[in-house]
Amino acid sequence: MIEVDNIHKSFGDNHVLKGISTTFEKGKTNLVIGQSGSGKTVFLKCLLGLFEPDEGNICYNGQIYSELSTKQKRNLRQEMGMVFQGSALFDSMTVEGNVMFPLDMFTKQSQSEKQDRVDFVLKRVNLVDAHKRFPAEISGGMQKRVAIARAIVMNPKYLFCDEPNSGLDPKTAILIDNLIHEITQEYDITTIINTHDMNSVMEIGEKIIFLKNGLKEWEGTNKEIFKTDNQAVTDFVYSSELFKKVRQMYIEERN
Amino acid sequence: MKYLEAIGKYFIMIWEVFKKPTKWRIMKTLILKEVDELVFGAMGIIIFISFFIGGVVTIQTALNLTNPLLPKSLIGFAARQSVILEFAPTFTSIIMAGKVGSYITSSIGTMRVTEQIDALEVMGINSLNYLVFPKIVAIMLYPFAVAISMFVGILGGWVAAVFGGFAPSGDFIQGLQMDFNSYHVTYALIKSVVFAFVIATVPSFHGYYMRGGALEVGKASTTSFVWTSVVIIIVNYILTQLLLG
Repeated sequence: MIEVDNIHKSFGDNHVLKGISTTFEKGKTNLVIGQSGSGKTVFLKCLLGLFEPDEGNICYNGQIYSELSTKQKRNLRQEMGMVFQGSALFDSMTVEGNVMFPLDMFTKQSQSEKQDRVDFVLKRVNLVDAHKRFPAEISGGMQKRVAIARAIVMNPKYLFCDEPNSGLDPKTAILIDNLIHEITQEYDITTIINTHDMNSVMEIGEKIIFLKNGLKEWEGTNKEIFKTDNQAVTDFVYSSELFKKVRQMYIEERN
Repeated sequence: MKYLEAIGKYFIMIWEVFKKPTKWRIMKTLILKEVDELVFGAMGIIIFISFFIGGVVTIQTALNLTNPLLPKSLIGFAARQSVILEFAPTFTSIIMAGKVGSYITSSIGTMRVTEQIDALEVMGINSLNYLVFPKIVAIMLYPFAVAISMFVGILGGWVAAVFGGFAPSGDFIQGLQMDFNSYHVTYALIKSVVFAFVIATVPSFHGYYMRGGALEVGKASTTSFVWTSVVIIIVNYILTQLLLG
């Protein structure tokens, strides 16, 4: 579980996060949504420890991050997996090399043990014949799968995803969303996903936080978001014609 | 003020490079890969340039020694001094700043743009140690490249002198041996170690701290070449004053 308590973050005069508090529960797929520039990525980078909040605390299973020693922070980082927006695969390594990299760096496993683990996670993300290929030789969807495999290979307690389905076709995007959701439940991980994608919100948003101008404007579930009267949320959710029609139908049904 | 900030940031980066080392088993592989890329990969251009620079220095010296009272051996002497003291260590380093330096900046810069450096940091890896330390260690073999450059440069001078008809082989070789001071070779190798450190770290700095996209990677490579060259020239002056002054 991750508890966020009143975090603020500024870059010069730009006050990006203005006091966000929330809780992300274990085994749930948590979504952070909001328009571009709302502070989602900075928020995620604060959770990852890439940015240090100016004020406030982030607790990982009761441990306050800012109070941890350097070694404890390093150990905690090894319990985190991250899927970057552009996958961030090491382009000089093969798919297998990318997934094996955390095992090489942090474990004393034998080569055969590492190979077994790599084969297992690649199979888990439905990639069985791409071991020896380089990231540039595979599709965007496959790259995302490799990134997920690399993120879960160390059995993380926390999984962070920054717009994991951006740039993917709708069908592949849904497959990636479902894969993350299944892995979250299967391994009882605390998963936090930054997204703009309303399909993700509908499909896997067990808890949703809506950020606006660096503030938490709303939080709830994927069922509640379509019923909320919060104007900022409805403006964001129903920004597409399709969703406007869906909402209209819902209101008509309700009346 | 901006430059002072950048200098401070550069030294902090150097400090970070030596903190929290990566596993030796991994580091060993990275170092060998960098030796291949940065040193062996540059040997072709170093040999090519050194040979012709040695030849040009010899021809120019010969054409300027018009006084018949001056012995032909002076051509060999001047070629040796020019190549050992300046052309092999400094000129080659400027070429290396272009070849190796831009490779370092663009490779690290691309990793920054594509979030690969963030991926390393998220995993709890000291990305500066992982990326820059193997380059520093690998490029410490650069003095060997400079020694080869000295030899090839002088060989180029001998070929130009003998086959160009500027000096007989015996006179040229006599000039090479005239008043030889081995400290000059030591001085050149000391310089090349310092230049090697500059060639590895200044481009790394420009790549690691770059911001933006693909276009900025190109700009960072150009900027890094300019600054690496500037630092080499300044350090060359300081070291010459300290070691020979």
